[in-house]
Amino acid sequence: MAEAQGQAKGAAVALGRREDGAMIGIPRRSRYIAHVALILGILIVAFPIYYTFVASTHSLQTILRPPLPLLPGREFFNNYYEALFGGVGRIGGVDVWTLLLNSTIVALGIAIGKIIISLLSAYAIVFFRFPLRMVFFWLIFITLMLPVEVRILPTYKVMVDLNLIDTYTGLIVPLIASATATLLFRQFFLTIPGELVEAARVDGAGPWRFFKDILLPLSRTNIAALFVILFIYGWTQYLWPLLVTNRNDMNTIVIALRKMISFADADTQWHLVMVTCMLAIVPPVLVVVLMQRWFVRGLVETEK
Amino acid sequence: MATVELNGVRKVYAGGVEAVKGVDIKIADKALCVLVGPSGCGKSTLLRMIAGLETISDGTVSIDGKVVNTIGPAERDIAMVFQNYALYPHMKVYDNMAYGLRNRGMKKPEIDERVKRAAETLELSALLDRRPRELSGGQRQRVAMGRAIVRNPKVFLFDEPLSNLDAKLRGQMRVEIKNLQRALGVTSVYVTHDQLEAMTLADQLVVMNGGLVEQIGAPLDIYEQPASTFVASFIGAPPMNLLGSEQGTKGASLTVGDLSGLGVTVPPGTTTLGVRPEDFRLDAPAAEGLRTELTVVAVEPVGAESFLHGTASDFRMVVRVPGRSSAQPGDRVPVWAERFKLHFFDRNGRRVQA
Ligand SMILES: Nc1ncnc2c1ncn2[C@@H]1O[C@H](COP(=O)(O)OP(=O)(O)OP(=O)(O)O)[C@@H](O)[C@H]1O
Ligand SMILES: [Mg+2]
Repeated sequence: MAEAQGQAKGAAVALGRREDGAMIGIPRRSRYIAHVALILGILIVAFPIYYTFVASTHSLQTILRPPLPLLPGREFFNNYYEALFGGVGRIGGVDVWTLLLNSTIVALGIAIGKIIISLLSAYAIVFFRFPLRMVFFWLIFITLMLPVEVRILPTYKVMVDLNLIDTYTGLIVPLIASATATLLFRQFFLTIPGELVEAARVDGAGPWRFFKDILLPLSRTNIAALFVILFIYGWTQYLWPLLVTNRNDMNTIVIALRKMISFADADTQWHLVMVTCMLAIVPPVLVVVLMQRWFVRGLVETEK
Repeated sequence: MATVELNGVRKVYAGGVEAVKGVDIKIADKALCVLVGPSGCGKSTLLRMIAGLETISDGTVSIDGKVVNTIGPAERDIAMVFQNYALYPHMKVYDNMAYGLRNRGMKKPEIDERVKRAAETLELSALLDRRPRELSGGQRQRVAMGRAIVRNPKVFLFDEPLSNLDAKLRGQMRVEIKNLQRALGVTSVYVTHDQLEAMTLADQLVVMNGGLVEQIGAPLDIYEQPASTFVASFIGAPPMNLLGSEQGTKGASLTVGDLSGLGVTVPPGTTTLGVRPEDFRLDAPAAEGLRTELTVVAVEPVGAESFLHGTASDFRMVVRVPGRSSAQPGDRVPVWAERFKLHFFDRNGRRVQA
């Protein structure tokens, strides 16, 4: 009898231990495999960036004489100083600051413009009943199937006719028109309970007040997420800025990078190209890092 | 401070559903009117038409003698408490209550005073800096009430405000709402499908069914003189025993059998006889009335009373006895009810006067 009890206890302890081992619900071995896979993934993604950084700290001679070392060299300060403050002549007389500024203006313009337009159009489509509402919705929806590249010729013609070549407007406006963000906000707005809308109506909030006091604050996290995505989308634009800018001082940094690379390998200032690459990465990374904190705060504060 | 009057109000939704089919109700100043009825009978629709959140297909709604059909909800001077409270999730309790006042352009000091006073009344003073998600269900309910009372409106509208609370809290809040409504003297319309809530809260009770009003009156009058089998079976728990001689009385669950076996002379036209479980007696019959023998099928002791479920001459019925019952399933218990406690209904389920 006592023996039986002891056995039962032992079994329970064994069971308990087994449960401890699998506490998160995943066996230990699968966790190792998962970690190895993740680390591999990070290495694959991060290595090119690391290599670019390494290249940006070597002299041109070192870079041109393969193999490129795997460790940073001693030219860090020289290279970065030259890219940032010297060498104005290299990219058609434009310094890196102008390029960074151009890219920032374009990326901000696209991100903010898109968010404003899509917030407003989603608001109209979800909360108002007007004639041809669904027609407008589908019109917006259809533009999803027409990325910039597809409509590039007519858009270019329009820009030329409007004299918008080599302007920020020309760089930004055509990229603002797209439906992704509108659809995202529409989905979010549809989850807002009808009672909340009605409570606001009873509280005397007109359409504008409701938008400003209730809808916008509730959309904060969505806006933050979209901002990050759209900023990077705008920052990495290539084809459109290439077409719509002729003057060097209107180039974005991505376009300038392309222009820095000559056909002949030896003519290219590879060390400066690498520095410019690193500089071009910094703002998007900053946006992600800064907004990430914002996400978390938004997630903690709101929620229905 | 205001009367509310509905005249021939109808609502046809866009899809063609006729949710409210012509309703006339007159609510006196300072009265609490409860709309009660089964799910889907159009209570919320009616309330929302009074609020101005739903257009009125036909008829008129007047507040304080003025037709408000075309006036928006904000200008009707009403306040509404929603079933899920509909608090603004991103605003603090204080701002939730102050928002409606700010939109009306009220001065800061006055807003502050009103919010503080309402918070005191509702014991929310310590919670003014919290956000709704940091509150319990009962506290959220209070905030929703607070948002209504700071406005000092002509009419309060409640749409099942207690249905998300647990039973104990619901009982508490019910009393509180009643006291608050009395103290403030604000005309109120209260929607519920809980007949207990309806009975205890109402000055004026409106029983609805299928988009129509079945009966309007004081709760106890309706309890004592239900106008139809529907009302009889809806008001009172457990519901009235409905003993029918014919199938087909609308809306009520009745058992069909031979009424003549019960020893009652029924008025002409009667097809259904109603007896409330609590009107049955077990002592020796001392007056004219219904007499029968109940074959007990089940006994439900609730504490203060017990319910005997059983059959008597073809009919299923429930009999309430005070305290404990010694009856066992299978026992045959003679029961009777005085004639003036009986209810008679015709083949359409309407009341027949005895
Ligand atoms: N927006 C709408 N469009 C079409 N039909 C509707 C709409 N709202 C409600 N209805 C219909 O109108 C009828 C009455 O609905 P209502 O919400 O008033 O019922 P209720 O009495 O409040 O029920 P419950 O107790 O379940 O809340 C129902 O048949 C419902 O399906
Ligand atoms: Mg309802």
